[in-house]
Amino acid sequence: MRELSYAEALREGLRQMMETDPSIFLIGEDIGVYGGAFGVTAGLIDQFGGQRVIDTPISEAGIAGACIGAALTGMRPVGEIQFMDFVTLSMEQLVLQAAKVRFMFGGKAKVPMVLRMPGGSGTGAAAQHSESLENWFVHVPGLKVVMPATPYDAKGLLISAIYDDNPVIFVEHKLLYKTKGDVPEKPYRIPLSQTHVVRQGQHVTVIATSIMVTRALAAADALAKEGIELEIIDPRTLKPLDDAPIIESVKKTGRALIVHEAVEIGGFGGEIAARIAGSEAFDYLEAPIRRLAGLDIPIPYNRELERNTVPQIENIIHEARKLAQTAY
Amino acid sequence: MTMKDVLSPTALSLYHELLETLGPEALKKMLLTMHTIRAFEERAEQLYAEGRVHGTMHLSIGQEATAVGASSAMIRSSGDAGDYLLNHHRGHGHCLAWGSSVDKMMAEFMGKETGYCRGRGGSMHIADVDSNNLGANGIVAGGVPIAVGVGLSIKMRGTSQVCLVIFGDGAANEGAFHEALNMASIWKLPIIFLCENNQYAMSMPYPKAFNIEKISQRAAGYGIHGETVDGNDVLAVYKAVSEAAQRARNGEGPSLIESITYRYKGHSKSDKQAYRTREEVQDWRDNRDPIMRFNALLVRTGVITEAEGEGMREQAVEIIDRAVAFSEASPDPDLKMIMDGVYA
Repeated sequence: MRELSYAEALREGLRQMMETDPSIFLIGEDIGVYGGAFGVTAGLIDQFGGQRVIDTPISEAGIAGACIGAALTGMRPVGEIQFMDFVTLSMEQLVLQAAKVRFMFGGKAKVPMVLRMPGGSGTGAAAQHSESLENWFVHVPGLKVVMPATPYDAKGLLISAIYDDNPVIFVEHKLLYKTKGDVPEKPYRIPLSQTHVVRQGQHVTVIATSIMVTRALAAADALAKEGIELEIIDPRTLKPLDDAPIIESVKKTGRALIVHEAVEIGGFGGEIAARIAGSEAFDYLEAPIRRLAGLDIPIPYNRELERNTVPQIENIIHEARKLAQTAY
Repeated sequence: MTMKDVLSPTALSLYHELLETLGPEALKKMLLTMHTIRAFEERAEQLYAEGRVHGTMHLSIGQEATAVGASSAMIRSSGDAGDYLLNHHRGHGHCLAWGSSVDKMMAEFMGKETGYCRGRGGSMHIADVDSNNLGANGIVAGGVPIAVGVGLSIKMRGTSQVCLVIFGDGAANEGAFHEALNMASIWKLPIIFLCENNQYAMSMPYPKAFNIEKISQRAAGYGIHGETVDGNDVLAVYKAVSEAAQRARNGEGPSLIESITYRYKGHSKSDKQAYRTREEVQDWRDNRDPIMRFNALLVRTGVITEAEGEGMREQAVEIIDRAVAFSEASPDPDLKMIMDGVYA
């Protein structure tokens, strides 16, 4: 199959949808001739013009509001927040407006919008350009949260997100933009809320999100040489969460390791751990549920400090190995 | 009790200017709607005092002319044929003026399944999407950036619709106001930003929150049309909003209209009003009341008789009586449906 980068897969998804549906448009900072800070929308303005690839002033609340208003009145906007950190400037519109209007109005309005944003560290961008804030949105009723880990998932989930009638927070990862993978040319959809078992294994279940899926797969390759088989699970949609495959997997392995880049406390891993502990999988656990996540500090600038703030392949190998050898 | 014969200074000249456009029937309807709003608000307050509703409410008594003048200037219909409305927490009047069903509004206020939002929204979140009323907003300036999206959508869909977004003086000091007005201006969007300046952002008086004489002066900073009107003169509001709508339909972009008005009641139910004097409130009631003024104008010009004016007040009370009866006979939402409507 043909290979595309994660950024190219996103772009192809956007292009193909815009070619067939005039209600879809893009709006964000520097997404036109600049092509977006990470190049995702490069060239789209040439094909669709400035009326459908709309460069905005630096106005993140305005971008979110523009998406909401357009979505309420028949359009399917796809907004871009240049760095996930900047979504803090859109929070009122997302949390108090986009998430709530449908319920508040008795189920009589819909807000079919997508807001794309790159999160994550690893580029030396330091504390205000490297955060992983996805769990804030998970905590808000009415929002959906999607986090693709591969080019294939990126395209298929983006198309589904665009055609979902709810506000979708679509979290990309800066370090993934250049990663390559098989991507069908024909448009396809990956349903939201469908957890994916990425790799089968019988010893330890590793639930990972975004770039941690890639790192967990590398760890699994290494551990396979030692005879430890990891089962890697990627929820892909954090909310609404399809937890059944996670629970099934833990029943099989009896061991669960949750890996994400976001700070551990208050992170998505806590929810996964609680779902496992509160399910029938509890009786199958042969070791305590473990979490591996970001340190409770802002992302530092220095390369080694930055690297050591969030889980790396060697940390996953270490934790998974320890867990495989632990028993109550 | 007959109403005082006090006119707004510009009432007669506006009447003659607008008579041909509006006509006596439309003028009478506007006055009846103003009475209906006041009766709705007075009943809301009473129902709350009697413990028959819970929650809170923000009453717009004294501000009826802005709601009615603005809505009367818009095309109120559904789908692409109608303009859009976004408004704010003190929004009962805007919805009634837009043509919302009094029954469904009262039912919503009373938390009933038959209310506009099936009892999920309440006083602060009344919306009627079917008539392009995109809802009241409990967040100060919350609807202002949304108007930008509505304006963009109108432009992209190529219709001749206009979006009217109403907010208060407090909202003009939120950051979202700045982002939205700038975006609307650079893209020449068909939006009317109507700032209902009722003199107080909760307890914060206008002169302490602004170092400019008029909020409409800010329009110059965005390169858009700005003007301040007497918000207690329904025809003055009507005229300014009509002209803004025409500019918007002509592709001339957004306008910022400041409507100077006054709320007689506190900010919400718990307000002791320590920030203003009784005399100040009484002065507005006695000399600038929008219903009193408009009634006087219509009596003086012979559109209605004094008795007809009195009759309208009674008619409004009857409309509200029926709405309360409808609401009280309506079921509460079914608890089994509590999760309903979060996602589409």
